[in-house]
Amino acid sequence: MSNQGPKTLFDKIWSEHLVRQREDGTNLLYIDRHLVHEVTSPQAFEGLKIANRPVHRPDATVAVADHNVPTINRQNIEDPQSKIQVETLAQNTKQHGIQYFDLMDQRQGIVHIIGPEQGITQPGMTIVCGDSHTSTHGAFGALAFGIGTSEVEHVLATQTIVQNPAKNMRIAVNGELPFGVNSKDLILYIIGKIGTAGGTGHVIEYAGSSVQGLSVEGRMTICNMSIEAGARAGLISPDQKTFDYIKGRPYAPSAKHWDQAVEYWSSLPSDKEANYDHEIIINSTEIDPMVTWGTSPEDVVSVKGLVPSPDSAKNENKKKSIERSLEYMGLQPGTKITDIKLDKIFIGSCTNGRIEDLRKVASIVKDKKIASHVQAMIVPGSGLVKKQAEEEGLDSILVNAGFEWREAGCSMCLGMNPDQLKPEERCASTSNRNFEGRQGRGGRTHLMSPELAAASAITGAIADIRDFK
Amino acid sequence: MDKFISLQGIAAPLPIVNIDTDMIIPKQFLKTIKRTGLGVSLFYEMRYDNDGKLINDFVLNTSPYDQSKILIAGDNFGCGSSREHAPWSLKDFGIRCIISTSFADIFYNNCFQNGILPIVVSAKQLDELMAAASNQQEFQIDLPDQKITVGDISINFDIEEHRKDRLLQGLDDIGITLGYQEDIAVYEEEQKIKKPWLFQNK
Ligand code: SF4
Repeated sequence: MSNQGPKTLFDKIWSEHLVRQREDGTNLLYIDRHLVHEVTSPQAFEGLKIANRPVHRPDATVAVADHNVPTINRQNIEDPQSKIQVETLAQNTKQHGIQYFDLMDQRQGIVHIIGPEQGITQPGMTIVCGDSHTSTHGAFGALAFGIGTSEVEHVLATQTIVQNPAKNMRIAVNGELPFGVNSKDLILYIIGKIGTAGGTGHVIEYAGSSVQGLSVEGRMTICNMSIEAGARAGLISPDQKTFDYIKGRPYAPSAKHWDQAVEYWSSLPSDKEANYDHEIIINSTEIDPMVTWGTSPEDVVSVKGLVPSPDSAKNENKKKSIERSLEYMGLQPGTKITDIKLDKIFIGSCTNGRIEDLRKVASIVKDKKIASHVQAMIVPGSGLVKKQAEEEGLDSILVNAGFEWREAGCSMCLGMNPDQLKPEERCASTSNRNFEGRQGRGGRTHLMSPELAAASAITGAIADIRDFK
Repeated sequence: MDKFISLQGIAAPLPIVNIDTDMIIPKQFLKTIKRTGLGVSLFYEMRYDNDGKLINDFVLNTSPYDQSKILIAGDNFGCGSSREHAPWSLKDFGIRCIISTSFADIFYNNCFQNGILPIVVSAKQLDELMAAASNQQEFQIDLPDQKITVGDISINFDIEEHRKDRLLQGLDDIGITLGYQEDIAVYEEEQKIKKPWLFQNK
């Protein structure tokens, strides 16, 4: 990558963080912020201990427990293994002087929700976490990506990571989003279009007027699911909305440094003439509210559509994969999506567990009741999201409609805590993965937006928000 | 880290595309605080029934594939979460080499951190290797020569030089990087002046 000539946002962040090239030809990239959670860090801290290595920058590291935590009684984690894992994180962070938001701290929540919420996430930063949805933070124009536990250990010990530059992909979505279509539909549509391996080896920059028009929260939903498109990270150019979002948050640049920070952040957007390895242009009018029917996030279809037939497959492999998905999902080809009856509704996760999402759900279910055969659960992304929602009275609207109102955490996004689907239970979920067994063994997940999930809770079957009154 | 130089043995065919890390090692096994002991839970939901009994016709439950060191799988292997428990469980089971047409980035990287060799081949080559694996033919994987040999099939594969070196020597990445501590310190000093807000104490 040359220093001259027009650069992409990615190129700019990359070159600012390059410490040097190692002798083996790999690059040492400096990491500004490291987010740590309980599941992927114990073995990393253990590795440090064995090698007697300190944490290089405890001040650049923030930890929280989110994956394992109960969403009902916080005082006591019943599962002994989960308990040990959470306690291990508390001990490790204490020993190394790392900021830890414990379970009783109102700032506790899903790691990708609290980074932005606390102002830890800022444009131009490099951010890593032992979690693939670290891509979420790209919504601020930060280069943020998930790493494995060995790399977590590497970052703890050296504050750097060994990386080679990714390829640049630009996906521009232009035009106003049609009624009923929002950021979740947009990213599901993109994944359906390029496939779950479509972004492999790339960092995807989302651009175009539809993306710019989104709120910062909507942008997070898009970047969050970049990993479902195979990309290492997603990026969106920072703008005034981004700066306004950060300003005044606890970890935001202090008043003394604010102007200097904003000046730097304003230099980050990709140059006009910058080159991309791949470019995709999408017209917003192509996009409908989207729903997944299968067991991969690329198995998407318009809510107006039908469950596909294996005969529509392009090749034998794809045909087999459709057959396998349909069998797992218990669906017949040709079924109307809106005829699919649901058992559970899950609203939450780092994709759609922010205050904006909760507001949308509340506005849809206000003064209505969820269908009698449905169980619906709403899990705020953080303690502060929960508090905010309660201050706005959203919790009583939701509880009156029949939703269960829970404590913050990852919850049924992956069901490491007691919140799980039972075999063959069918769930409308605002999370990001519909893999076999993701939400519980044999559980059947349909990914969709909070709007669709809310309307579906009321009708008891997958609903098109555009027909919903 | 364990070295990887060469490997010999039969390979288990797993002709499924998009095998994700939830399938490789489901969430309930992520609660461990150790790197070892995950092999019995590898591919748990495909390997065991609801009562926890082995499912007899799953490839890794059948002899001789229960001894496989090599796995042949469909496109986009290892997609999904970043959990390093996936390569840990594969390795604990005994798998040291995975062959597919493509791998998800984080998983690919995680393999090398654990002495596992992921090899990318073309779709046509994968079909040939899948057939050879189904016939229980003996595979020979040679890293110095970057070569897969089975029967009369011989395939050369690509691997980045630095990754190859580290596997061959079993090197610890952190140790190498700590050799550049001074460069890191110089970088930090520059940044403190250029972007002081990144170093401010809250
Ligand atoms: S909410 Fe789901 S996707 Fe997000 S960090 Fe938690 S488990 Fe991962």
